[in-house]
Amino acid sequence: MIGIVVFPGSNCDHDCYHVFKHVMGVPARFIWHKEDKIPEGTEAVVLPGGFSYGDYLRTGALARLSPVMGAVQRFAGAGGPVMGICNGFQILVEAGLLPGALLRNRGLKFICKDVHLEVSLEKPPGETPFTNALRKGQVLRLPIAHAEGNYFINPEGLSALKENGQIVFRYSTAEGRITPEANPNGSVENIAGIINRQGNVLGMMPHPERCAEAVLGNTDGKLLFESILSFLSGTKTV
Amino acid sequence: MKEPEINESLIKEHGLTAGEYAKILEILGRTPTFTELGIFSVMWSEHCSYKSSRIHFRNFPTSAPWVVQGPGENAGVIDIGDGLCAVFKMESHNHPSFIEPYQGAATGVGGILRDIFTMGARPVASLNSLRFGPLDDPLQRRLLSGVVSGIAGYGNCIGVPTVGGEAYFHPCYGGNILVNVFNLGIVKKEKIFKGTASGAGNPVIYVGSKTGRDGIHGVTMASEEFTDDAEQKKPNVQVGDPFTEKLLLEACLEAMGKDLIVGIQDMGGAGLTSSSSEMAGRAGTGVELHIEKVPPREKDMIPYEFMLSESQERMLIVVSKGKEEELLDIFRKWDLEAVVIGRVMDDGFLTVKWNGKTVAQIPAAKISSEAPLYDRPSERPAWQDGLQKLDLGSIALPTDYNSVLLELLASPNIASKEMIWQEYDHMVRTNTVVLPGSDAAVIRVKESGGSGVKGLAMTVDCSSRYCYLDPYLGGMHAVAEAARNIACSGARPLAVTDNLNFGNPEKPEVMWQFVNAVKGIGEACRALQTPVIGGNVSFYNETKGQAIYPTPTIGMVGILEDVEKHLTQGFKLEGDAVVLLGLTKEELGGSEYLAVIHGMEKGMPPSLDLQAESRLHALLTQAVPILHSAHDCSEGGVAAALAESSISGNIGAEISLKDISAPGTRKDALLFGESSGRVVASLSEGDLAALKLLCENHGVPLFLIGKTGGKNLNIDSEIGVPVSRLSEVHKKSLKNRVESR
Repeated sequence: MIGIVVFPGSNCDHDCYHVFKHVMGVPARFIWHKEDKIPEGTEAVVLPGGFSYGDYLRTGALARLSPVMGAVQRFAGAGGPVMGICNGFQILVEAGLLPGALLRNRGLKFICKDVHLEVSLEKPPGETPFTNALRKGQVLRLPIAHAEGNYFINPEGLSALKENGQIVFRYSTAEGRITPEANPNGSVENIAGIINRQGNVLGMMPHPERCAEAVLGNTDGKLLFESILSFLSGTKTV
Repeated sequence: MKEPEINESLIKEHGLTAGEYAKILEILGRTPTFTELGIFSVMWSEHCSYKSSRIHFRNFPTSAPWVVQGPGENAGVIDIGDGLCAVFKMESHNHPSFIEPYQGAATGVGGILRDIFTMGARPVASLNSLRFGPLDDPLQRRLLSGVVSGIAGYGNCIGVPTVGGEAYFHPCYGGNILVNVFNLGIVKKEKIFKGTASGAGNPVIYVGSKTGRDGIHGVTMASEEFTDDAEQKKPNVQVGDPFTEKLLLEACLEAMGKDLIVGIQDMGGAGLTSSSSEMAGRAGTGVELHIEKVPPREKDMIPYEFMLSESQERMLIVVSKGKEEELLDIFRKWDLEAVVIGRVMDDGFLTVKWNGKTVAQIPAAKISSEAPLYDRPSERPAWQDGLQKLDLGSIALPTDYNSVLLELLASPNIASKEMIWQEYDHMVRTNTVVLPGSDAAVIRVKESGGSGVKGLAMTVDCSSRYCYLDPYLGGMHAVAEAARNIACSGARPLAVTDNLNFGNPEKPEVMWQFVNAVKGIGEACRALQTPVIGGNVSFYNETKGQAIYPTPTIGMVGILEDVEKHLTQGFKLEGDAVVLLGLTKEELGGSEYLAVIHGMEKGMPPSLDLQAESRLHALLTQAVPILHSAHDCSEGGVAAALAESSISGNIGAEISLKDISAPGTRKDALLFGESSGRVVASLSEGDLAALKLLCENHGVPLFLIGKTGGKNLNIDSEIGVPVSRLSEVHKKSLKNRVESR
């Protein structure tokens, strides 16, 4: 069972549900933000994109205080896989489950477009629940849709990310080169997605759920969901 | 605020004529109270009453077997099979967007979304049609940037994708920009809700944001010309809160799923006044409101202000008696304010009480049924004949056709609008199959079943230059081009919503433009079997006496039985045959070529054969399985269409146009003329015979004009440009104009 957290302003909740339930064919359910427990039998938790509380203060700043986030902290602490997409990534950062911060895009505007991502992960692929169907150096095409995706981390934090192999995705050219032109939002070192030290909490700005079906013209995102499912089929519950 | 005395100047300030005031006296049988005067003034404003336009809508076809709800409700509804309906509408927010571009555009989106979910539908896709003055004016750049960010800010937050639209630039919009927003929602046929207040005794519930003084007389502002004091009207513009609207949307849809709601209507223009009186009017009932129970945002508000406020994100709901607690619980779950403020009555009156004292009591039905109706005088402008004269002999042929093509591709009206639509989340909800930038946007309808998942194609369109040169023909063109866009995506056009933007209807020349455009639209909609199921009129788009070009924007929706079988404009494969469908004549009147290259806006718009148009659309839907691409020829003619197909597909082509027109046709007309009813398509050479047969059966002229391939677009001896160069000019021109200053 995949649990998809619904904050009042989540708007990619239905999209994530659709991918798990109808594209991948696995059971999924919504978890309302006022719940303080992750329902029994939940094997992985997704924090979907959206504008959890309208983003009027700072993205993810209020969502972090929702009752459900205590439960997500405990779930992640016990080793449960947690994936934050877009606003979900922003919330994970605010909640301290991932390091760094997501600032306003360099160009100040919301950007919705396809970008290329280099799979940068240092850990052997099998070690993270989200990337075992990917190989290092592979280039994916995924859409982004955000106004605050400019990943920032201080130099010490950045070295730690690198040392621990926590950088999972970087914005790249179609050929996989990491260039300033390929960086859509000003993120430090083109970082688009990172994982925690333990390797069970992933945050990423691009939206894999928007490109997991042939009818939408792109299935690169499906690789992440395949990874999660193959991970789960090895280790049932946490 | 203290209530002023009713006198002549107060009546005039409320925009009511002496005749209209006499009618109020007749309806009431007494002098109105201040609150009543306010109610009549907003309900009888042009914006709410359509008093200058209503009489002409008899020209519109409004029914077809697939039309479930025509004009008159919050939005129109069509049946799309599988027990599902599409609900859609377009509305303008022109005046507020000029005064405060971000909030004006944002609240426009908020309003149209409420119109859709009021009907029980979940909004799934938005479009917009934007018009500004030339971008070398810093004000226009600021307006463009503010409007786009406002639409993005609202739509992105609420999670409804903005999947397409149009942006057009012309000096006539410099003092009156146009912001027309379109939304479409999906609803189960048996779950359509209407704005009726039936069942005497049923509670009336107010939900959503608190009521403030914002937007009071917003509709009256939208019913006047701008003068120099536009800046002072800022307080009339409302402020949007998309997060609250998202909560409102989810809570309303949840309540609708539980059979608690009898009727529901959003508080848009004219707020509580229009929602309560229209709901009672439709049901033939009355409504009694205890206005002191409305949650106030500001201190010391009076009944007049509560009734006229246009604070955003509010709805009025009539609930079955005894079920109010269940309904209120749902709104509490979503942390929204919900209060019982009145009840349905069987006396036929809209009664407004303030702490027990009656401050207004008006026969509800009469507010709309007795609303003024004007058949305003119309007269063909004296300058129209001169405008339509065009002597082609005096226009020199270009010496360098390559630079003409590049200049046209760089024209903001033809150039890629990527920088606009990249600011919109156009993918959320994971239904967008054809992204912005093609002829029409296509979304899938996940809920539909059968042999394949269905798709809906949608577009907004209007050539206002054609409408200026000839409103009747221009109105027809707007419909025909919208339908052609739909057909180029492989879909069958089904129905229309319109947004009629014009100048001051009290001027006979403007009324003449309006009447003729409406006639043209009606005739085209009849011929193409796309009834008008709803719409909006925006008059008084004038500043200091200068009216915009007539701009009857057409929003059209079509259906694809299987969404996987759709078409896009880009060439797909090297070595494909390129064909032109439809006839090419020596027509340059009203063309973008004439305007951009020769600085002339003259002549008659291209001729239009609606029967041929209809045959072309039928052919396209039949030919989807063998076509690889299809693209409508419009601004910039066949040359621009070919360039766009090359750019989108990143494939060149070798083209000859020598057979498409009568011998001796001017080269510029051949390349850049805008003869209607034409489509550039590509397909495997092996399927040419099959296409020929289809064209013969449908009576559509077919011309084989070349082959795709290579890195250049070559057209006869006139044009030879690398696709990369075309692409750079097309993609960067708008951005450069906005940013490089």
